[in-house]
Amino acid sequence: MKFADFVCFDATIPELKTGDRDGVIAELVASLDKAGRLGKGRCQEIVMVVIKREKEASTGMGKGVAVPHVKHQAVKDVVAAIGQSSAGIDFSALDKQLVYSVILLISPVDNPDKHLQAMENIFKHLQQEKFRRFLRQSQTAEQIESLLREADENPSL
Amino acid sequence: MREQDLKMQAGQDSLAKLVCETELEIKNADGLHMRPAMQFVDAASQFDCDVTVSNSENSVDGKSVMQMSMLAATCGTKLKIKAEGADAQKAVDALRELVEEKHFDEPTPKV
Repeated sequence: MKFADFVCFDATIPELKTGDRDGVIAELVASLDKAGRLGKGRCQEIVMVVIKREKEASTGMGKGVAVPHVKHQAVKDVVAAIGQSSAGIDFSALDKQLVYSVILLISPVDNPDKHLQAMENIFKHLQQEKFRRFLRQSQTAEQIESLLREADENPSL
Repeated sequence: MREQDLKMQAGQDSLAKLVCETELEIKNADGLHMRPAMQFVDAASQFDCDVTVSNSENSVDGKSVMQMSMLAATCGTKLKIKAEGADAQKAVDALRELVEEKHFDEPTPKV
């Protein structure tokens, strides 16, 4: 699976307004909602379940990135929104460092394989130091979109 | 099992690292998503040996959640596990129990 297959570029937040984990999750869910990618009236409910999931175990995998996610019936297909914070967010990450790039992923409840494929794609690139650096340096939604599209064409990025 | 034992023996004789290999099938319906991947990494990290996990395309560090998530191991996927170090056999046994017997304490597919 490629980024362009599941990332909602219209929901990208190049500079997150809030500096705390729960606020960031709410911002990204609201952004997906505004882009029309979630079922009507599901926004608050999804924010709550993503935060609940995050409390069970942090999705801050280290190296400044976090991938909060949840399976929810509000979506028919996997959808993701990307947010960046130049100040950094405390995500209780595994390496205890701040998080600068957040990828929120909402997956349908009945397609576990697709969720795994989206995760595979996300981590394949987040593993690359160069990709993480370029993502952090991106200042606009357009720059983030073109980075992700470039990554789709170049597996080593 | 016999094949594993032989490999262990060979490792001991040459005073090289103990190597233990096996194949494990993912049995829980949701596959190796982040929570099971974390359980796997926690289990593997209990041991000193190196743990390498491979699917048909990639080989990754069994002690890294990010790398384990890159395997996208769906239900039914068979993964090769290679443990290298003094406690390799114990690690492989513990991982087999987690993946195949407990299937990460998650449901198996409804048939």
